[in-house]
Amino acid sequence: MHALRWLMLTATLAAFSMLGACSGDDGPKVVVYNAQHEELISVVAEAFTEETGIKVELRNGSDLELANQIVTEGDASPADVFLTENSPAMAFVGSRDLLAPLGATTLENIPARFRAADDHWTGFAARSTVLAYNTDQVSTEELPDSLMELAEPQWRDRISFSPTGADFQAIVAAVLDLEGEEATREWLEGIKANGTVYDGNNVVLESVNSGQSDAGVIYHYYWYRDQEESGVNSDNTALHYFEAGDPGAFLSLSGAALLANGDNPEQAQEFLDYLTGTEGQQVIADSYALEFPLNPAVQLDRAGVPALSELSPPEVDSADLDSETVIRLMTDVGFL
Amino acid sequence: MNPRGRTALSPLPLVIGAAVAALTLIPFGYVLVATVDMGLTQLLELLLRPRVGELLSNTVLLLLGTVALSLVLGVGGALAVVRTDVPFPLVWHALLSAPLAIPAFVNSYGWVSLTHAVQSYPGAVLVVSLSYYPLVYLPVVASLSVLDAASEEVAWSLGRSRVRTVATVVLPRIAPAVLGGALLVALHVLAEFGALQLLAFQTFTTAIYGQYRSAFASEGGTVLAGVLVTACVLLLTLELLARGRRRWARVGSGTGRPAEPVRLGRARLPVVLVLVGVVALTLGVPLYALGRWLVLGSSTEFVTSELASAFGSTLGLAAGGALLTTLLALAPAWLAVRRRGMLAVLLERATYTANALPGIVVALALVWVTIRVVPSIYQTLPVLLAAYAILFLPRAVVSVRSSLEHAPVVLEEISHSLGQSSWNTFRRVTVPLVAPGLGAGAALTFLAISTELTATLILAPTGTSTLATEFWSDSSAVRYGAAAPYALLLILVSLPATWLLARQAQPRESS
Repeated sequence: MHALRWLMLTATLAAFSMLGACSGDDGPKVVVYNAQHEELISVVAEAFTEETGIKVELRNGSDLELANQIVTEGDASPADVFLTENSPAMAFVGSRDLLAPLGATTLENIPARFRAADDHWTGFAARSTVLAYNTDQVSTEELPDSLMELAEPQWRDRISFSPTGADFQAIVAAVLDLEGEEATREWLEGIKANGTVYDGNNVVLESVNSGQSDAGVIYHYYWYRDQEESGVNSDNTALHYFEAGDPGAFLSLSGAALLANGDNPEQAQEFLDYLTGTEGQQVIADSYALEFPLNPAVQLDRAGVPALSELSPPEVDSADLDSETVIRLMTDVGFL
Repeated sequence: MNPRGRTALSPLPLVIGAAVAALTLIPFGYVLVATVDMGLTQLLELLLRPRVGELLSNTVLLLLGTVALSLVLGVGGALAVVRTDVPFPLVWHALLSAPLAIPAFVNSYGWVSLTHAVQSYPGAVLVVSLSYYPLVYLPVVASLSVLDAASEEVAWSLGRSRVRTVATVVLPRIAPAVLGGALLVALHVLAEFGALQLLAFQTFTTAIYGQYRSAFASEGGTVLAGVLVTACVLLLTLELLARGRRRWARVGSGTGRPAEPVRLGRARLPVVLVLVGVVALTLGVPLYALGRWLVLGSSTEFVTSELASAFGSTLGLAAGGALLTTLLALAPAWLAVRRRGMLAVLLERATYTANALPGIVVALALVWVTIRVVPSIYQTLPVLLAAYAILFLPRAVVSVRSSLEHAPVVLEEISHSLGQSSWNTFRRVTVPLVAPGLGAGAALTFLAISTELTATLILAPTGTSTLATEFWSDSSAVRYGAAAPYALLLILVSLPATWLLARQAQPRESS
């Protein structure tokens, strides 16, 4: 009776796993729905707990999952804090009136241009759009000044990007903000004709490195991380920054916000103060993440990575990006 | 003693079956409500556009290709191992079953890191089939092994050729196993996300994730999910029609004698070479890629406590979920075989609908229901286990049903006639008869849960990490080296269940 013995064994294991899950405790805590990279936030959370004694319960996921989850949960959401990788997911939750205004310390920590105008969320880290290109297949003279050029015929069948992710949609939102709806639609149609679609920036980078595509649109840190890791997916590539003020120089913000109906509002505010304060920002700067901290007192000081002050992103209000139109355009063009 | 014997049908199985079916229909209800809420104009706008046509043709082509290739590999492999004099059949059996232990997304990553040629239609068909053909292979081996040679010998003695005998006697008898396996492959492909995302092949399921990822477009995702449910219902109907109403049970089928193996003669070497090739593709490629990451990545840090905790929770969740799912499968499977009425068929088929839905739809449906109806159990273990049951019930139902089909109803009737109650008959006759099916169902469910990602992320108690969530977290953060140990542990945790499945289907040792 192998099958029955197997069932008994699974039952025992299940019972053990239940026991393990039931061990609760009652100290001060904060529940964080985290869509930023888990490795990064878990390091910040540990440092925070050490400093304040407040336990951090992390629920990790992607922008898409957690934003939809919070909206589906509505007022009953157990979350106190929401952290995103890019701003559109935050704007989505904000549009359902689920966020509370931020406290004064957090607002002082981060310059106004990296925050929402209504004080309902703030950036806590940023990533720059870049073009990764295969150094054997693209000469430096060919490199485009503007992201818009990638829609032109000379890039036919040469580029790749990851349009289904929140990452790329934030970039399209910047294009829309700067160039208007008609130009954005034409640009989307152009890059659809020119490019290969992959899912994920790391896959795009890998495809450029292996020569499948000549160039790909990604965020800067994917390349630097791979270089620090082993270079196995980036050694045949180099990074190109688009010219100052171009939509391609867009800086995407990772957002942090308080949920209006959280059970632990004080601890949540304390967590955001820490995350945006010098200590939390230093933890981000020192981590493997290679994203830019936004508190002016802290710099990302890593070999080869430009300082945030050296970048010239376009004037775009991240809190005011028109995600709904972006989705409509991308749906019309057939990316979604 | 009940004087009317078996005609006094206990309503209990029907009640339990209805409850199980109701549970599995929750996601269907969620999709339906969301679609109705949307209104007809927006619905048509979302459905009638070129992109949906493109996804539909991609999904259908992938489905046809993988089912066909899985049938070739699965049935071909089973015939070679059970019905020919190929050397070391048990070794080949183990090797051909082993790909079940390698999650499809790990296999895909292995292939993609080796060659980009697989990021295409033929590549997607190849890689996905290499992951899923054991779902055909195992049941076919099992049913070939217990096939009594007597029926074939009768056919020969009446003058039928060997080929016609296979076509008219053997194939119809293994047809339920072939069809059940093909159905499982098809359902897996409909719901497959991770592997196809890595293979850059877009189907309804990958598009649904894309829609949910676009914060404002979640209604679009739900509508696409509706299309997926429709496709799933079509498949189920097709399989049902193909299955027919024949019965295959025999009392004393255990005394049958295995058929004489076909002598391969000069074909022996080519057959062995083909088998070697299949094993190199299914096991060699992913294991080579995994070894390469382990060596290359500088982020390969073996944080033993994190690995151990992810390993433990994967094991616990998969075991608990497998147990619950298998128990829930009993009633629908029993009804489907023993009652065979319209209602029983509907209940059994209802349990399949959620299987084709991506985990995110099932998970959000449960969020939606629990937070409104029973908020106190939100994000607790029972809800997560229920999600696993909803997602993976078909794997258990298929296995339990096929063992029930071969268990003669007359044994249950004898038990009744000897004065045993329905419950006693179920406990003392039915359960032992279907024990192999229960084990197989639990093992298949265990494998599926250990690689489940989205429902786990959304519904698990806060702070739970599993091997699959950690693997994705690391590999999406470009930390392939750090992801590798999790992939390795995923394979390890899948080995016992794979071993169980392989052993159950094991061909008899040829003398």
